[in-house]
Amino acid sequence: MTQKLVVIGAGMASGRVLEHLFEEAPGAFEVTLFNAEPRGNYNRIMLSPVLSGEKTYEEIVTHDDAWYAEHGVACRFGEPVLGVDRARKVVVTEKGETPYDKLLIGTGSAPFIIPVPGKDLPGVITYRDLDDTNAMIEAAAQPGAQAVVIGGGLLGLEAAAGLRLRGMEVTVLHLMPHLMERQLDPAAGYLLRKELEDRGISIRCKANTHEIVGDGKVEAVRLDDGTEIPADIVVMAVGIRPDKRIAEAAGLASGRGIHVDDAMVTSDPDILAVGECVEHRGACYGLVAPLYDMARVAARTLAGDAAAYAGSVTSTKLKVTGVDLFSAGDFAEGEDREEIVLRDAARNVYKRLVIRDDRIIGVVMYGDTADGNWFFGQMKDGADISAMRETLIFGPAYAGGTPLDPMAAVAALPDDAEICGCNGVCKKQIVTAIDGGATTLEAVRGRTKASGSCGTCTGLVEQLLAVTLGDAFEMPAAKPVCACTDLTHEDVRRLIKARELKSMPAVMQECGWKTSCGCHVCRPALNYYLLADWPDEYADDPQSRFINERRHANIQKDGTFSVVPRMFGGITTPSELRAIADAAEKYAVPTVKVTGGQRIDLLGVKREDLPAIWADLTEAGMVSGHAYAKGLRTVKTCVGTDHCRFGTQDSTGLGIAIEKRMWGSWTPHKVKMAVSGCPRNCAEATCKDVGVICVDSGFEIGVAGAAGMDVKATELLAKSPDADETIEIICAFVQLYRENAKYLDRPYKWVAKVGLDWVRARVVDDLESRAALVARFDHSQRVFQKDPWAERADPGTRKAYRPIADLTLEAAE
Amino acid sequence: MTDWIDIGALAEIPVRGARVVKTRAGCVAVFRTAEDEVFALDDRCPHKGGPLSDGIVHGASVTCPLHNWVIALTDGKAQGADEGMVATYPARVEGGRVLIDAALLRADRAA
Ligand code: SRM
Ligand SMILES: Cc1cc2nc3c(=O)[nH]c(=O)nc-3n(C[C@H](O)[C@H](O)[C@H](O)COP(=O)(O)OP(=O)(O)OC[C@H]3O[C@@H](n4cnc5c(N)ncnc54)[C@H](O)[C@@H]3O)c2cc1C
Ligand code: SF4
Ligand code: FES
Repeated sequence: MTQKLVVIGAGMASGRVLEHLFEEAPGAFEVTLFNAEPRGNYNRIMLSPVLSGEKTYEEIVTHDDAWYAEHGVACRFGEPVLGVDRARKVVVTEKGETPYDKLLIGTGSAPFIIPVPGKDLPGVITYRDLDDTNAMIEAAAQPGAQAVVIGGGLLGLEAAAGLRLRGMEVTVLHLMPHLMERQLDPAAGYLLRKELEDRGISIRCKANTHEIVGDGKVEAVRLDDGTEIPADIVVMAVGIRPDKRIAEAAGLASGRGIHVDDAMVTSDPDILAVGECVEHRGACYGLVAPLYDMARVAARTLAGDAAAYAGSVTSTKLKVTGVDLFSAGDFAEGEDREEIVLRDAARNVYKRLVIRDDRIIGVVMYGDTADGNWFFGQMKDGADISAMRETLIFGPAYAGGTPLDPMAAVAALPDDAEICGCNGVCKKQIVTAIDGGATTLEAVRGRTKASGSCGTCTGLVEQLLAVTLGDAFEMPAAKPVCACTDLTHEDVRRLIKARELKSMPAVMQECGWKTSCGCHVCRPALNYYLLADWPDEYADDPQSRFINERRHANIQKDGTFSVVPRMFGGITTPSELRAIADAAEKYAVPTVKVTGGQRIDLLGVKREDLPAIWADLTEAGMVSGHAYAKGLRTVKTCVGTDHCRFGTQDSTGLGIAIEKRMWGSWTPHKVKMAVSGCPRNCAEATCKDVGVICVDSGFEIGVAGAAGMDVKATELLAKSPDADETIEIICAFVQLYRENAKYLDRPYKWVAKVGLDWVRARVVDDLESRAALVARFDHSQRVFQKDPWAERADPGTRKAYRPIADLTLEAAE
Repeated sequence: MTDWIDIGALAEIPVRGARVVKTRAGCVAVFRTAEDEVFALDDRCPHKGGPLSDGIVHGASVTCPLHNWVIALTDGKAQGADEGMVATYPARVEGGRVLIDAALLRADRAA
C-alpha cells in the first residue's frame, strides 16, 4: 500500500533521503516535496564555485525536473510550509492543506544576523542560497564596487575569495584574533591570512562591527573603534542556526535543533527530521558528511528497516582554488597532549598533529593537504601510532625517508582509508565499484557518490582508478571540451590527426558537434589544434580567436588596447626607444609601462589607431611582441658574460637566438622563457615554461616551471655543453607540447600529465625523434613567423579596425 | 514605419563577426552570423560595458570579450545565469547591403 510522504525542504539532506528511499523501497511512498526556494535540490556546497565563476548553476543541480518526474515526486517549489497540524496530519501552506502519513523535515538552517543597527538595510546579504549568490554576483558587476564580509569562517572566506575574483575590493571583518579559529590553529590561520591578503583581500581580525551605516542602502560599516569601511554590499556570514521554527510551532521536542533519536525520528513517531535542522545526542552539524549519514538512516527507518545513526566526526576543507587547508578533531594545546609539527617556510607548508595517549586527536594542515584523509582515518579509528611516530608527520607515502609518487601513495592506503569525506566513502568501496565495472570517474561517482559533493577528492578517486585499472584508465579526467560536444580535448586532437580533419566544419561534422558553429570555448581550441596540426592546409580563422589574438593587441577594461613591441632578450637601442617615445606621443598613449617581461607596454591605444601605431613601430624595425598570444611571449635574459663578473656563458646572446627562432609560434597556452648566466639566476629562469641556467660546463635546460596562478620550479630536462644543441632541444620540447597538449594547458600542466620521462625520451634521448620535432617546428615557423603588425599596416586591412559607418556626421548635416 | 539607412556592404562585415557604427547615441555593433543574418545592438555589454563587437559570434549569440557573458543577438538578453539586456535595433540585408533603422540617427541620448 502506498503511503503519503510529505517532505519540508528540498535540501541536500532530504534529497539524499529520497535517493536512498527510491532505491530501497521503490513505490512505497507517494512524495510531495515543498521547498521555500523556488527550485529543487542543488549542491549548495558548490555555490562558492558559482560565486567565483568557476561553475554555473546548471552544473550544480542535483535533481532536475526529469528526476522528480521519474520518481513521481509532486514538486511544490517556492511554496514554504507555514505550519504542521499533527492532530489532523496535514501540513499547511498558503495554497491550503496537504495530508501526510509520514512527514520528513529537512529545513536546514538559517544564517545568523548580528543585531546591529542597519542590519536590515538593502545591500546586507547572507550567504545561504542561489539568490544570495546571484545578489553578490550582481553587486560585483558594478565597476569599482566594494564589499565587506563580516565573518572570517568557512563561508565568509569563500564569499570573500569569490567576490575578489569577480574584481571587487573586499574587506573581511573577523571578531576573533585569527581566521577560521574553530578549524585552524593560529599558525595555519596566519598562513591563510597571508595567502588571502596576497590576493588583495584586506583582513581585519578582532574587528567588532558597531553599525552598518547608509541612507536607504548600505554605504559603510562602522567598527567599535570608529573606523568606517565603505561598502556597496555587506555579506553577513557569522554563523548558522538550525531552522526549527516549523517543528517548534508544531510542538515537537527541540533544543538547539529538532530533537531526533538514533532512527532520526522526532518526538512524534510519524515525523522524521534530517540535516542541519536537527539536534542528535546534543550535537548539531553544519557540514554534509554527517547529513548524508543521517539520510541513510532516515531512509531505512521510512522503509521500515532498523538503522541507527551514531553521530559523526567531521573534517573541514576550504573550497578556495589554490588554498589547501585541512582540519579535523581537537587541536587545542593541553597538558596531556603532545604535538608533531612540520613547517616548510619556503613552500608555505604547515602540518600539525595533536596526539594524546599515542593516538591522533587533532589534525591541522596548510599548504599540502594530500595526507589529510589518511591522518583523519587514523584519528577516527583511534589507531595506535607509537610504532610509526618518527615518520608519522610525513604521511603514509614515506618509507624510510624517500617520498613515493602520488600513485604509490594511493596504492599504499589501507582499504578503510576515507577518500571522500563528504560522503564517507572509503578506498575499499571505490575499488569494489571499479572492479564491478565502474571504470570512469562518473561511474564511480554514480555508484559510490565519492567526489560528488565538494569535489576536492576527485584527484584521489582518479588515482584509485589508475592504480586499479592500470593502463586501461586514461588519467586526465574525461571532461568534454564544452557543451557543444561530448568529446574531450584529447579525443578531438586524436580525431583531427587520425581522420585528417583539416577545417572547422569538417571537425564539427565528423565529431558530431551539437551546435551549428560551436561556441567561444570550443572554437578557439579547434582553431589552435587545426593550425598546429595542418600548418600548410588550414587557414587560420580570426573569428574563432579571442579578441586579443584577433586584434593582435590586449583589450583593456575600457575597450582600448595595449601595444607591446618585441625586445629580443630584453635588449633595446636608443633608436628603438626613440621610436616608441615618438609613437607614444603621436597617439597620445596615456600610460607607458615597463612590463614584467623586459619590454615596454603602451597602454590605452584606441582601436582605430592600432594599425597606424604599428606601422610607425614597424618602420622603426620592430615586430609585435605577441603579448596577447597563446604563443611565445618573451625570453628574459640577464647580462651574462658581456658584463657580469659571474657570467659563465653568453646568456643574452642565447636568449636572443631562442627568441629569434621561436617568435610567432602558436602554442596551446602562452610560453615564456628565460636564460640566466649563472645559478644566481637573475633572469628568473627557474620558474619559466622553459628556463636555461648557464654553468661553466654548458647549459642546464629546465622546463615546466610556473609563476602565475601556481608557482613551481622548473624540472631539469637536459644538460648540454653546446648552445646550438640547447636551442634544438628547446624547439623539440615546444613542438612536442604544441602537438600534444590540451588547449589552455601551460607546459607544467601538460608535463604533469604525460610525465617528464616521456618528454625526455622524445626530445633528449631519441635523436631521430628530436630532429623530426625540430623539423616540424621549423616548417610551421615558415608559415607562422610573420609579423602580424606589418601585415595589418596596409590600408585595406586597416579598415577593419574602423567603424563601418559614422552616422554622427550625417546626422549633423 | 521604419525608415532604413544603408550603412555599408554585407561583405565588409566578417562572417561570425561585427563592425561598429558610430551614432550620436553611442556605438552600435552590427553583427553578421554564419547564416548571413545581421543584428544591430548597442556596443556595450550589460555587465561592465565591454565592446560586444569584439566578441566571438556563435549561432545567434555573441560572447563578450571581457568576461564571457553570452548575449543573444535576437533580443539583446544575457543568457544563462547572467541577467542584463542590451538595446537592439532593426537591421536587415537587401541586395548585399546592410540597412539599419534610421531612427538611430535621430536618437539623441547622451553618447
Ligand atoms: C603587461 C603585463 C603586466 C605588467 O605590467 O608587467 C601582463 C599583463 C597581463 N597578463 Fe600577465 N602580464 C605580464 C607578465 C606576467 C608574468 C611575469 C612574466 O612574464 O615574467 C606572469 C607570471 C608568469 C606566467 O606567465 O605564468 C603573468 C601571469 C599571467 C597569467 C597567469 C598565467 C598562468 O598560467 O597562471 C594570466 C592569465 C592567463 O594568461 O590566463 C595573465 C594575463 C594577463 C593579461 C593578458 C590579462 C588579460 O587577459 O587581459 C594582462 C593584460 C593587461 C592589459 O591590460 O594589457 N598573466 N603575467 C606583463 C606583460 C609581460 C610581457 O612583456 O609580455
Ligand atoms: C556557500 C556554502 C558553502 C558550503 N560549503 C560546504 C562544504 O564545503 N562542505 C560541507 O560539508 N558543507 C558545506 N556547506 C554546508 C552544507 O551546504 C549544508 O550543511 C547542507 O546544505 C545542509 O543540508 P540540509 O538539507 O540540512 O539543508 P539545506 O540544504 O539548507 O536545505 C534546506 C531547504 O529547506 C528549505 N526550507 C526551509 N524552511 C522551509 C519551509 N518552511 N518550507 C519549505 N522549505 C523550507 C530551504 O529553502 C532549503 O532549500 C556549505 C554551505 C554554504 C551555504
Ligand atoms: S596585469 Fe596581470 S596581475 Fe595585473 S591585474 Fe591584469 S592580469 Fe592581474
Ligand atoms: S563587460 Fe561583458 S562580460 Fe563583463
